[in-house]
Amino acid sequence: MSRGISQSDQPIERSGDGTDLFSKFDDIIALREGLLASGQEDPFSLVMEKVLSPTRAICNGRETILLGTYNYMGMTFDPDVIEAGKQALTDFGSGTTGSRVLNGTYQGHKECEDALREFYGMDHAMVFSTGYQANLGIISTIAGKGDYIILDIDSHASIWDGCAMGNAEVVPFKHNDIEAMGKRLKRIPEGAGKLVILEGVYSMLGDVAPLKEMVAIAKRHGAMVLVDEAHSMGFIGENGRGVVEQAGVMDDVDFIIGTFSKSVGTVGGFCVSNHPKFEIMRLVCRPYVFTASLPPSVVATAATSIRKLMHGSNKRAHLWENSKTLHKGLKDLGFALGTDEPQSAIIAVIMPDLEQGAAMWEALIKGGLYVNLARPPATPANMTLLRCSLCAEHSESEVAQILSIFEAAGKQVGII
Amino acid sequence: MDRTAVDAKIRELAEPFNKKGVEITEGTTFANDLEFDSLTVMDFVAEIEDEFDIIISMNQQAEIETYGQLVDAVTKLQAA
Repeated sequence: MSRGISQSDQPIERSGDGTDLFSKFDDIIALREGLLASGQEDPFSLVMEKVLSPTRAICNGRETILLGTYNYMGMTFDPDVIEAGKQALTDFGSGTTGSRVLNGTYQGHKECEDALREFYGMDHAMVFSTGYQANLGIISTIAGKGDYIILDIDSHASIWDGCAMGNAEVVPFKHNDIEAMGKRLKRIPEGAGKLVILEGVYSMLGDVAPLKEMVAIAKRHGAMVLVDEAHSMGFIGENGRGVVEQAGVMDDVDFIIGTFSKSVGTVGGFCVSNHPKFEIMRLVCRPYVFTASLPPSVVATAATSIRKLMHGSNKRAHLWENSKTLHKGLKDLGFALGTDEPQSAIIAVIMPDLEQGAAMWEALIKGGLYVNLARPPATPANMTLLRCSLCAEHSESEVAQILSIFEAAGKQVGII
Repeated sequence: MDRTAVDAKIRELAEPFNKKGVEITEGTTFANDLEFDSLTVMDFVAEIEDEFDIIISMNQQAEIETYGQLVDAVTKLQAA
């Protein structure tokens, strides 16, 4: 550890009358210290010392069932995926050291984009270095000053940041409220550019957007539609194309944004589209141009994984079973859940407050189960949530074990 | 609708959100005096938008800190 880190807090002496720019974080520092002072294990500094499989790891010295990763389809240890990565590492080296538009586009990047085009049946695919950058880049580039963005209030941070960066007029509507969306679209000045941004699955509560109705209304008002399918790719829809496929609106959405860091099992982001002018994005989209491209091994694992996901219907069926079993089991135990019925691979358990949520998280981790603790401002309505995200590789007996760990922890903390 | 009428209407809409019954003047701030969090702001703005059939984008909201500024903005928007 460096000396700088191991030094305890000392008064910072500053010449002149400048204020500490870090003082704006004092509230959150105090909140965190208060929580940890009670002896609570820190939910935000977990280290996985060893990863045994898509569903198990050694965390803080304990063997743990993973129920808080986005490894929905369990592709991270797929032998074909691993082999493709190794081969690319050997053949193309460890990194590209350059931008996609200069020296950073290798054969593998093109093959990855080919795989995406086939997966979605779309004309164009553009691979970004992360999913965050895909949203940031596409949104900020296509919706600029004078244009209007109409979006769900519970949109992901990368969507909000893309909106802010593009300087468009930003008009949010109440979560999943079809009427509220329609009213706002109707009021936009005539002739203005309009972009409606929706997500297939909202990651905090694991609920699905009414895309059929919403996309129809957006189209009726002449808006372009962008759907973020980060949490549904590979799992929802007959071919795993997401909620757009399930809702039957594939042909009506203009852009689908997605990520490789969930079902695909590596890292990276993408946008697919049928827009005839889409390829110009490669020259005008700054978060695409001004960053290094993904390493060859990453795009090779992504391409292999995407092609395997096309034929993943058995895994999809098993994941739905897992989701239904866990949802029903938790409900029967008396936990409050984010959705009445399971709608995705995410099941959110609503905690009474942050303290009890943190205590519950700790009881679970000590019982050998990792879930995500989610708290404001990431959560809707200032809720504290324990978010469970299931994997197609969780066995039936693992799901049963998960439920018994939840039961013991819930009783210990006094939530059920 | 003139400013006085807009003021009266917004006052009526604000009432259910003004949980502590803070006296609202032109200089009353939403964040500090009324302690509106982001969700309350969204609901309150939605009510105003529906009432006056206008859009108050987040960009415009960012310029509005006080009650008086809100009444000014809505008066202007609904007249346009």
